[in-house]
Amino acid sequence: MNFQSQTKADFKVVGTRVPRPDGVDKVTGRALYGADFNVPGMQVGLILRSPHAHATINSIDTSAALALPGVKAVVTSADWGVPEDDGLRDVQDNCLARGKVLYDGHAVAAVAAKDMATAKAALKLIEIDYTPLPHVTDVDEAMKPDAPVIQEARADESVPAGSGPNVTHYCEFGHGDLEAGFDRADTIIERSFTTAATHQGYIEPHACLASYGNDGKADLWCTTQGQYLVRDLCSGIMGMEGSQLRVTASEIGGGFGGKTTVFIEPVALALSRKSGRPVKIVMSRVDVFRATGPTVSSSIDVRIGMTRDGRITAADAKLRYQGGAFPCGTVDMGAQAAFAAYDLDAVRTRGWNALTNRPKEAAYRAPGAPMAVYAVESVLDELCQTLNLDPLDVRLKNAADAGTKASYGVTFDQIGLKATLEAAKEHDHYHAPLADNQGRGLSCGFWFNFGGNTSVSLAINADGTVSVTEGNPDIGGSRASISMMAAEELGVPYEKVRTTITDTSSLGQNDVTDGSRVTFAVGLATIKAARAAIQVMCGRVAQIWGIDADAVIWEDGAAKPSGPNAGNFEPMTLSEIAAISSETGGPIAGHHEVNAEGAGVSFGVHLADVEVDPETGATRVLRYTVFQDAGKAVHPDYVEGQMQGGAVQGIGWALNEEYIYGEDGRLQNAGFLDYRIPVASDLPNIDTVILEIPNPGHPYGVRGVGETPIVPPLAALSNAVSRAIGVRMHELPMSPPKILKAVMAKG
Amino acid sequence: MVKVKLWGSLRDLADGHELVEVEASNFKELLDALAAKHPALKPQIDRGVSLAVDGLVYRNSWFTEVKPDSEVVLMPYMKGG
Repeated sequence: MNFQSQTKADFKVVGTRVPRPDGVDKVTGRALYGADFNVPGMQVGLILRSPHAHATINSIDTSAALALPGVKAVVTSADWGVPEDDGLRDVQDNCLARGKVLYDGHAVAAVAAKDMATAKAALKLIEIDYTPLPHVTDVDEAMKPDAPVIQEARADESVPAGSGPNVTHYCEFGHGDLEAGFDRADTIIERSFTTAATHQGYIEPHACLASYGNDGKADLWCTTQGQYLVRDLCSGIMGMEGSQLRVTASEIGGGFGGKTTVFIEPVALALSRKSGRPVKIVMSRVDVFRATGPTVSSSIDVRIGMTRDGRITAADAKLRYQGGAFPCGTVDMGAQAAFAAYDLDAVRTRGWNALTNRPKEAAYRAPGAPMAVYAVESVLDELCQTLNLDPLDVRLKNAADAGTKASYGVTFDQIGLKATLEAAKEHDHYHAPLADNQGRGLSCGFWFNFGGNTSVSLAINADGTVSVTEGNPDIGGSRASISMMAAEELGVPYEKVRTTITDTSSLGQNDVTDGSRVTFAVGLATIKAARAAIQVMCGRVAQIWGIDADAVIWEDGAAKPSGPNAGNFEPMTLSEIAAISSETGGPIAGHHEVNAEGAGVSFGVHLADVEVDPETGATRVLRYTVFQDAGKAVHPDYVEGQMQGGAVQGIGWALNEEYIYGEDGRLQNAGFLDYRIPVASDLPNIDTVILEIPNPGHPYGVRGVGETPIVPPLAALSNAVSRAIGVRMHELPMSPPKILKAVMAKG
Repeated sequence: MVKVKLWGSLRDLADGHELVEVEASNFKELLDALAAKHPALKPQIDRGVSLAVDGLVYRNSWFTEVKPDSEVVLMPYMKGG
């Protein structure tokens, strides 16, 4: 039988709500996070950061700090070489500034000392001579020809001649005759929008422990979304061979894209190499805000034409993103996602990235898409109001479907947007009455999803249990999902399987836990590893029975004879086969390595009801429902959790969260007291409706889930607030002062 | 020959063409042929591109088959969070 090409639709374990394997550890405090690793002789690492938004570093004098008793090492960028690769050099220069500091909080030097008090004292003894430079933190200001130049000559070949010195990237997508499309419109609306930079807001700050041996081998324990990426970046910066650096990922207290790079890990390694001691660095919350990646902020113009019966005739958008002081291509993703939900004859998106004196952008769930879709869905909602059309009907009328040529050039195969919209239309939420000062908002959302490099090993233990080893930190319940897929394939109870996440020396390459890829790609590799083990087991049984291997099939956790000439044998269970594995040829295992492709795109629709207090401008979310095509939901609790978590983060982005910079270019709100994320008491239960439209690119129909749900909330909230107050909002976050100002301006 | 659709901002780097025809049977051959035909595209190809073949997006699988009648769209390299 062909063990690798089967698809499955009749499930026994997949689709159930089994207990999560990390639950007890996490509620009892037994789980080990990044800051929980300690070893004898460990030193405290601490980082000195720039007080300036932009300044030349004339000199760094570390002699007094080094002379302080208890200080074991001081490092600066001079302790590293200069990588040729632009991307690696940017990561390195973000970890320790070279020549210039580029934003408030940019790391400049680091110490390793016997304790925290000594480390703090040593930082004060480091003397840095700065020459402050003009700064810019706003994207529109940064794109002007006379803006302060943050880095010289960083524009790539896409940037049109005559662009400002901070513009590093330009992109354009679309098709059709825009002007003819706008000519056919009965109504055209053009609006400009801004969105603030927001932080991923993970609870666990960055933390790591590095131990660099005299023999040039090193170990690193850290909180990360990808230990292999950490290994590759750190070994590149440190000039090490990859095999000599073993990276172990801790449990992770949230990442959302923000832990897909390094900030402190190479610094800890450099301090450990120089001091000859293990060095641990734990970031403070203030440092997390000042120096780790928020998402981009944006300034966006959208123009859409529509007939009076709700057909979009043309759509055009200009996206201006800033991703901090280093080049980034996030605007590419926003420009492709902006109109992806719609079937349009004429569409164009243009995007620019500009450097600013802000921290280096890091990925954040569906990077680049939420702000673009916010602007598009806001204009669509205003068109519906203007033309007195039902916003859900208009979206259904224009929704992308199989055969639609997407705005980014691809023709869609089977997609779930229309089914998702129809589910929203039929839901009682959409028809519930609203009171005074209340409004209902709606938005579609889209994300691409991808697979990537994945390695899985699966061992059949002699006692009939199963050990799965994989290399992706469990950020959204993947250990449960992987165990479930292994159990499903092998036909054994879920409780017999344990999935472990291993270090970089134990498996082949695994890409980062990002892009909504893990349940899809690691699941696919696990299924194929299980099928490989089944093939071995069937072969062993065939030898025992003295028949051809082709005459043995695997059903319900046992090998069975199959076919007219197979003979009559009692089935042998996995446990029975495992128990005699030593006698039949040795340990039984399967493994699979793949660069998984075929992830399949994902669509969602969000409905939000809000009430706005006209006296204070405060917004309360009354009801919120998420509808999403999730493919096969392996563990529905986790799928719902992803949908709820994305919605909550998007609500925070829409209502309160923002990086606030002062006139001096310094961050004003580097802490959760002043950077307001939603907490449980702020919100109603987030209701979820999962649509399971199978992904043909996965044996079980799984598709990525985690990123799409952060795309629609920005517009869903803005549309709801705008309808509640009778004034169209164009700026995020919609904090109470901004709403109050809009209400008062209306009169 | 395979027709490759470029995204808008690449057209200027390909002598204004939105569709470029190249001789290729897989992802790698296609990228090599594109860079040979229009060297100005090479920096972007070196930085990373994705390829959509008949609606499915591939990030960097060299041996992904492309056929003369396939819809082939060059896309920026996908990233996620």
